[in-house]
Amino acid sequence: MTEHSIGRRHLVTTGVAALGGIAAGAAAGYAAADGPAPAPGPEPAIYPFYAAHQAGIETAAPRHAVFVGVDLLGDRVDRDALRRLLLLLTDDAARLTQGVAALADTEPELAAHPAGLTVTFGFGPRVTQALAGPARAVGLRPLPAFEIDRLRPAWEQTDLLVQLRCQDPMTLAHALRVLTKDTAELGRIRWTQPGFLGPPVTDAGTGRNLMGQVDGTVNPVRGSADFAQVVWRADPGLVGATTMVLRRIRMQLDRWDKVDRIGRELTIGRRLADGSPLTGSGELDVPDLEAVDQHGFPVIDGAAHVRRAHFHRPEERFFRSPYNYLDAGESGLLFVSYQADIERQFLPVQRRLAKSDRLNLWTVPIGSAVYLIPPGIAAGEYAGQALVEA
Amino acid sequence: MFNRIRLPAVAACLLLLLAACGGEKDTEKGDSGETGSAVTVSDAWVKATDTEMTGVFGQIHNGTDAEITVSKASSTVAKMVEIHEVVDDGSGTMVMQPKPGGLVIPAGETATLEPGADHIMLMGLTEPLQPGDTVSVELELSDGTTTTFEATVKAFTGADESYQPSADPHESMESESPAQ
Repeated sequence: MTEHSIGRRHLVTTGVAALGGIAAGAAAGYAAADGPAPAPGPEPAIYPFYAAHQAGIETAAPRHAVFVGVDLLGDRVDRDALRRLLLLLTDDAARLTQGVAALADTEPELAAHPAGLTVTFGFGPRVTQALAGPARAVGLRPLPAFEIDRLRPAWEQTDLLVQLRCQDPMTLAHALRVLTKDTAELGRIRWTQPGFLGPPVTDAGTGRNLMGQVDGTVNPVRGSADFAQVVWRADPGLVGATTMVLRRIRMQLDRWDKVDRIGRELTIGRRLADGSPLTGSGELDVPDLEAVDQHGFPVIDGAAHVRRAHFHRPEERFFRSPYNYLDAGESGLLFVSYQADIERQFLPVQRRLAKSDRLNLWTVPIGSAVYLIPPGIAAGEYAGQALVEA
Repeated sequence: MFNRIRLPAVAACLLLLLAACGGEKDTEKGDSGETGSAVTVSDAWVKATDTEMTGVFGQIHNGTDAEITVSKASSTVAKMVEIHEVVDDGSGTMVMQPKPGGLVIPAGETATLEPGADHIMLMGLTEPLQPGDTVSVELELSDGTTTTFEATVKAFTGADESYQPSADPHESMESESPAQ
């Protein structure tokens, strides 16, 4: 038995104790109540820019995305420079998402096909802490250091996030170019993280990651009351806002190659073919964490990803919208989650996964950042205006 | 920025600004009726610079039923403002010069001000124009009315509108933009 091959018994003996049925009921209720997502219909080519929420979160995830981390210039947050930058970028986004060329657009023809382009803005901790009022009250701060982390400065926290998503990589590239030009004099782009998705592979619309797994099964359904409760904030000044976690997770595919199919399925607790839990037959079947095999061993290993990621309390839920990445031969996942409150919803799960998760053997977090995503933008305003001017 | 322009409606409507659009449009119509001017400026921007001159670009729409001429312009940030054109000087060299007689816009038509073509030149700038700022520009029209609009300051590598009609053309073409 090689270091990376996995047998059932090995998994069982290294796993933590079964976590009991604390959350099983809640999980079952959640999945059953929402049911399978409706068959995906044609997505609109144009999403409204001015709305109660920023687009690009609850809107369907298109095939391409790019996450841009921007730092403001100077040792202290210059609120006027922040205002001017946001004003320029918001104007660009308001136009480009509607298929209209940006001001001073040198390639206006490339804006004509918006292809579901969305542009979403976020504020990092240094910005929220420099502001008064609601933005500061969020108490946004970087995630604590986890033992599994091998964070690289190249991918660390930035002052601002600009998230672009689009069905068409040409449109996306043009939008990125426009926003980059308007950032140049007022900020510094620390990183640009492109991501992509394959097609949906299940009836529920879930896709695969580069380890071949059906990834994203347990997720609040877009447009549902459940989604609204999990994702959107309701506190004064932040109604319609959310927070975002972005983690760049490198996949060690050379090592993953050594794992056979059974080992791969035990790692997650789901079947590779259709994403169904090892205790069920359909993707949306709730994993039965109590189930044991003929020898009395848990069918879903104590350290299987689905067990460790399973929420223990109803509030330990968030909305995942990850993208895959390929960068100079390195493959991985841009883990992206949105939740009203990082501390309350995301961290308990992340702490469990960092402590024990089979998947950690083949995945390495190399980047981590958190952002406050301001509420939807009103016509005539720039992104986060009320927060910046509070 | 389109939504900061005081007499726009065009860009705003393009962007489907829902209720706000209709409201603004009505207001503008009311204003236009009072002043007798239905000349609107949209998509206005000005090239950021820390030098003494720069160009203003955008769309000027003549919504009246008569030809109008933009004869003069002024701005609070510039000592002198001219309406320029870029023309062939007869030797194949494109040069920038004041547009004789001003900018004529037929009834119902839109004049486009853009780099390498007609534009408004701000000269003797009194302060650096920083990206994200706005600059107020006033146009004097041949019917005696005026129109004021706000132009968004944007960083732009092109639009090297240095006012040197006698300069060596090759040097002029290849020189770095003073704003960069």
